Amino acid sequence: MFDPITPSTNANGQVDFTFDDKNVSAASGTTIAAALLAADQIWFRETPTSGQQRGPFCMMGACYDCLVQIDGVSVQACMTPVTEGLQVNRVPFSLPKEGKRS
Amino acid sequence: MSQPDSPDLIVIGAGPAGLAAASEAARYGASVLLLDEQPAPGGQIYRNVKDASEQQNAILGPDYTVGRTLAASVEDVGIDYRPGVTVWKVGTDGRVAFSQNGEAQQVQGQHIVLATGALERPVPLPGWTLPGVMTAGGAQILMKSGGLVARDAILVGSGPLLYLLASQMVAAGRPPKALVETQTDANFRSAMVHIKGALLGWQQLLKGLALIGKIRRADVRRYKAVTDINIIGTDKAEAVTFISNGRVHQLNASVVLLHQGVVPNTQISRSLGLEHRWDIKQRCFHPVTDEFGQSSAENISIAGDGAGISGAKAAEHAGRIAALNALKNLGLVDGATHNQQVIPLLKARTKETAIRPFLNTLYAPPTEVLCPTGKTIVCRCEEVTADDISNYAALGCKGPNQTKAFGRSGMGPCQGRFCGATVTEILSKETGLHPEKVGSYRIRAPLKPVTLGELAALTEPR
Repeated sequence: MFDPITPSTNANGQVDFTFDDKNVSAASGTTIAAALLAADQIWFRETPTSGQQRGPFCMMGACYDCLVQIDGVSVQACMTPVTEGLQVNRVPFSLPKEGKRS
Repeated sequence: MSQPDSPDLIVIGAGPAGLAAASEAARYGASVLLLDEQPAPGGQIYRNVKDASEQQNAILGPDYTVGRTLAASVEDVGIDYRPGVTVWKVGTDGRVAFSQNGEAQQVQGQHIVLATGALERPVPLPGWTLPGVMTAGGAQILMKSGGLVARDAILVGSGPLLYLLASQMVAAGRPPKALVETQTDANFRSAMVHIKGALLGWQQLLKGLALIGKIRRADVRRYKAVTDINIIGTDKAEAVTFISNGRVHQLNASVVLLHQGVVPNTQISRSLGLEHRWDIKQRCFHPVTDEFGQSSAENISIAGDGAGISGAKAAEHAGRIAALNALKNLGLVDGATHNQQVIPLLKARTKETAIRPFLNTLYAPPTEVLCPTGKTIVCRCEEVTADDISNYAALGCKGPNQTKAFGRSGMGPCQGRFCGATVTEILSKETGLHPEKVGSYRIRAPLKPVTLGELAALTEPR
C-alpha cells in the first residue's frame, strides 16, 4: 500500500508501540497515522453510527476519520506523534462505558 | 525579546500567508504571536520543509524546498511562534483561546490575521469513506512528513495538484497506476476564454505542461472526461469503476487518491460571523475581504487561501499586505510607508493570480462531485446520504443548519468541514435558491474538541 521513500529508516531511530496489542515499529518522530499506514494498517476505527471501518483520509487534522484510542481517549492519529511503548487501540463501534467516561 | 501580555498581532496559521504576515509585522517592530496546529512551520504546502531528507527534497522538487526561507522566519525577533497549538475560539474582541499540550489559555491581540489556508474540496463519490481512499493532499503530506509514498495508487479527479502529486510519485519510483480525470474537452474550450490570463502566468503554465510531460513519459495511463465514478470494496477500497469514452472501466487498487481542487477553510471566519460570499467560479464560500485582506470586522484580516483560493505565492504576498494594513491601522506604520511597501506587493499578487480564471474553468468540478445523489455519503461523520439531504429539503428543511436537526448532518467531530459545501449545493438544487441564500452551517466554538479539564482550567487573558 505505502512504501518508505527512504529505504532505511535509521535517520532518527526506531520506536516500538502497540496497535490493538500487536507490536509495531516506526521511525521516531512520525505520526501514529503514518506509522500504521507504513505497517499496512488502514482502518483505525469503527464509526459510532453504523460500525463502518474508517482510516486516515485528510492527514491534516481536519476530517477526524483517523481517530484512535490512547488510554481510553480518542485522539487524531495524524496529529499525534508515536512514542516508545505507546498503547494505541482502534476505536470500537460500541464504546465500553468506562471508555466513554474517562 | 519578551512578549507583552497583549501582542500587537495574533497570526493563526504558519503556512505561506501566516509566516509572511508574521515576518512582515515583526520587521516593523510589532509583537507577533504566531499560532499553528502543526509541529513545524510551512503549512501543508511546505510541510516539514525544514527537516525533509535529501530524497524527499529531490522528489518533491524546488517549489517545495523554496519554502525553507519562509519557514525559517519563525526565528525572527519579535515573533512568538507556538507550534502544536489548537485554536478553538476566536472572538471579535480580539481574544483567542487555544490549547497546547493539553493546557488551555486565552490571549488578547490588537489585531488578528487569520491564515488558516485551504481544505481539500469534498469529493463525495460512492465509496469515498472506505479505508484506502484518501485525499491527494493527504498522500502528499505522507510524502512530505511521513516519508511514505503510495504504491499502485489510482488518482481520481482533476486539478494541478493531481499532476503534481503524480509527477512526485513518478520521481519516487512509485508511479500511479492510473489517472482518472474528470475534466472534459468542453472544460478546455471554456477555459480558452481565459487564455490571456493564463499567458500572463506563463511560468505556471509551463510548469504544468512539464508535469504532464513527466507523467506521459512514465507511461501512466490517463482516462479523461470520466463520469460515473464508483469506489468499490467491502471493508476497504478494492477497485474504481467509471465510464470513459462510452466504455465502463474497472481498475483494481487498494489506494485511491481524490482531488477536485481546494476550498477556503472558513471555520474561524464563520464562527466570527464575518460576511461571506459564494464564489460562483470556485463553487465555495469565502469570507469577504478588501484588497488588503481586511474582513468585515475592523480588527480581523484574512490572508491566503482562507480568503479565496489563489495559491502559495499569492498567499505570501497577501500575508505581507495584511500585516502592513494591520500595522497601519494600529499606528505602527505610517501611511506613506504603507503605500510605498504595499503597491509592489499588490502588483506581484495580481501577476500570481492571473492564471486562476483559466485553472478554475479548466478544472471545474463535475456535477456528480458537487451535487451527489442517491446513497452516496455526504456527511462522513454522521453517515448522512445525498438522498437524506434531498428528503430533508422535501420535508421543508430550509438550510444547512436545519439539516442538523433533521439528521445530525455536520454534527460530527469534523464539524462540517467535509460536508458543508455539498449540503449547500444539494439544498440549492432542491430549493432552487442561490447557494448564497441557502447559506452554510453556523460554526460555533469550540472549533475543535477540547476536554472539560482544559475548559475548567482556563483563566482570563493575562
